[in-house]
Amino acid sequence: MNWNLFLTELVAGITHGAVYALIALGYSMVYGILKLLNFAHGDIYMVGAFIGFGILTVFGGATSLSVNVWVLLILMFLAAMLGGGLLGVMIERFAYRRLRNAPRIAPLITALGVSFFLENAALLLLGGQFQSYNSFSWAGGSLWSNGFSLGAGVHVGVAQIIVVVGAIVLMVGLTLFVQRTQLGKAMRATSFDREAAAMMGIDVDRVIVATFFIGSALAGAAGVFNGLAYQQVWPYMGFQAGLYAFSAAVVGGIGNLPGSVLGGLVIGLAQSFSTGYISSTFQEAIVFAILIAVLIVRPSGLLGRAVAQKV
Amino acid sequence: MSGDGNETPPVPDEPQTSRIGADEWVATHAGRTQLGRFARELQRLPPLGFYLGFGVVAALLPALTSNGYIVRVGFDTLIYMLLALGLNVAVGYAGLLDLGYVAFFGFAAYGYAMLASPKFGLHWSALAVVPLVVVATAILGLLVALPSRRLVGDYLAIVTLFFGQLFVAVYTNGERISFLGFTRPYDLTGGPNGIVNVDPWHLFGQSIQSLQGYYYLALIVFMIALIAMYLVDRSRTGRAWRSLREDSLAAELMGIPVNRLKLVAFVVGAAVAGIAGTVFVALNTATFATDFDVPTLIVVYSMLILGGAGSLGGVIIGALVVNISLEVLRTPDHATWVFYTLLAFGLVLRMRPWQRLAAVIGGTIAFGFVVHAIVSAISSSAVAGQAVVGGFLGSGLGSWVVLPSDPKQIGNMMFVVLILAVLGLTLLHGWQRDLALVPTLYLAAFVWENRLVVEPSITRLILIGVILIVLMNARPQGLLGTAKVEIV
Repeated sequence: MNWNLFLTELVAGITHGAVYALIALGYSMVYGILKLLNFAHGDIYMVGAFIGFGILTVFGGATSLSVNVWVLLILMFLAAMLGGGLLGVMIERFAYRRLRNAPRIAPLITALGVSFFLENAALLLLGGQFQSYNSFSWAGGSLWSNGFSLGAGVHVGVAQIIVVVGAIVLMVGLTLFVQRTQLGKAMRATSFDREAAAMMGIDVDRVIVATFFIGSALAGAAGVFNGLAYQQVWPYMGFQAGLYAFSAAVVGGIGNLPGSVLGGLVIGLAQSFSTGYISSTFQEAIVFAILIAVLIVRPSGLLGRAVAQKV
Repeated sequence: MSGDGNETPPVPDEPQTSRIGADEWVATHAGRTQLGRFARELQRLPPLGFYLGFGVVAALLPALTSNGYIVRVGFDTLIYMLLALGLNVAVGYAGLLDLGYVAFFGFAAYGYAMLASPKFGLHWSALAVVPLVVVATAILGLLVALPSRRLVGDYLAIVTLFFGQLFVAVYTNGERISFLGFTRPYDLTGGPNGIVNVDPWHLFGQSIQSLQGYYYLALIVFMIALIAMYLVDRSRTGRAWRSLREDSLAAELMGIPVNRLKLVAFVVGAAVAGIAGTVFVALNTATFATDFDVPTLIVVYSMLILGGAGSLGGVIIGALVVNISLEVLRTPDHATWVFYTLLAFGLVLRMRPWQRLAAVIGGTIAFGFVVHAIVSAISSSAVAGQAVVGGFLGSGLGSWVVLPSDPKQIGNMMFVVLILAVLGLTLLHGWQRDLALVPTLYLAAFVWENRLVVEPSITRLILIGVILIVLMNARPQGLLGTAKVEIV
């Protein structure tokens, strides 16, 4: 057994998994409350990545940063999260709100339209070429050269640590928010039963807006994480990431927050191990196979509970 | 357009015909607009007469024009109609969001190309290939739908979307398929180069070679499929499907095998896509996996949605409107004319009384000249650009719209502002909306002239996305569909 390859793929898989988990959390939250698959979520992630890129460009680009690296990183995250969150709220307000009581398929098709619109508007505004975060050359390359190594030849850069630690911080923050605050409690109630929550005096509209804001902000942060760890951003990046994050949410149990994190890790590891051991061509096929297997064996997801359908 | 969730009261001159099963949501959305009135007129036509009339007109098209381009667009439209017809069964009847639909189309196209091309040295007759491929596509459809048969439509949407993506990925990388044990890669699909030199259809010793021939082939296949769907619609299965469409819960309680019927609808849809694929690839003589990617899917969806999911006549109208508009948008000159005509048309339909309409249009024109005068006084390079369209419209626009010599950056910024402005408009009412409409219209013209018209291929896609969003919000049942509500 080649331990180096295994460890390399493990590190890559966890990094991918952290990004997918953050996106999957947003899907799961929105699905939990509205029972809506928000296809535009992957594109919010793309917009977040570009907002981060914009901030990077404003402060001199990768090779000649005019501010401290940590200040830059914090600015990028705040901007991407704020921008992603506001975009999510706008999408909810203008595209989905009127359709809340419409037949199920109407908001789904709208979501498809929003996703397609965002992708192509980004293509118009930003051009079709890949843009590079080039985080290898930030601060004299210290983000990647520093770090620690796991055995010979397996290096974990600071950038990867930032991604994983940052994702964990956001997830813990989200869990605390959902468990401990009043708004979090309202969210749980709304997702349990929207009508009953409304009758108990919960402002459902406000809860839904907050859900969209938080979920989309996480996706925006995931976009910056992705740029940091994999450098490249482009207008269609949201589609595949969205698809994988979807699968992660379903694998973990859609509507279940720890499940989304677990699902993200499973999908991320599956992706990197199939790239390393089998072939990158089959990466999608393997993730798809996992999705199908979970749907057949355990349709409610790994951590989800089977819910009897209410009629 | 309502503000904070409180629905606008129904228009008084429009009697609320309370249909059985129609509720408040349906009532506020059905037949309230000009579009609704137009749709009701269309629905009065006898369906069979409408289909046959369409068939006769379509059959005359190649006789009326010798222009190959027009016949080619006609052929593409027919293929799209066939696709929308198949999708209609899955989406319109069974309510299944099939997002891998074009993968079935592509699977069949590749299937035909593999069995009838020099790729593997096979040159089977269409009589053998087409039934085989259609059956194989139907079986593939069954396999895709089975894992989510116990689940609600949402899971099916994910599975099919992923399947469609997988199809494109596998077929574009299919020229170096190598499994773990095998060292020599095996070329199955030609990869990004696709499969070329595909044979034409051979039927009864004849082979169809010309564009006209394929046009008629597509028309015949479509008419057969349309009539078959019409007959199915009135059959036992069709009645069961329609009951699913209206209320699947009630249908289940009536003893209708809902899951099996949904599966059948999905498979029938895949089979129709299969036939479309074999006709499509034979005229193109080549097939590439990227032809079967998400944009094609969204185009077929927008046709189905525009026409009205669940309506056969809607399929014809939706495919005609969408495909012809997309073709027109290819040439900036025509596109500009269509853009301003549509703006004017939309205003005339929505704004009344006419004094209000005249005020808005007059205000917009005056606003434009004022802005143009101010900008040209500040900087001459800001108005140095040329309108893309020629003729009197072009020269008129040149002195009305601000056309900077380097429009890209400002055009991009204004594009974002335009989106925000349009969203803002939906929040305003009455005179405030009319007032805000004036600069928004001018902004739309500015963005169109400076940015959208120079990127026709992206503009087409953006427009498709907008059609889906706006239609779903304003009239989810499309032109000819029936408004319905789902009890949750």
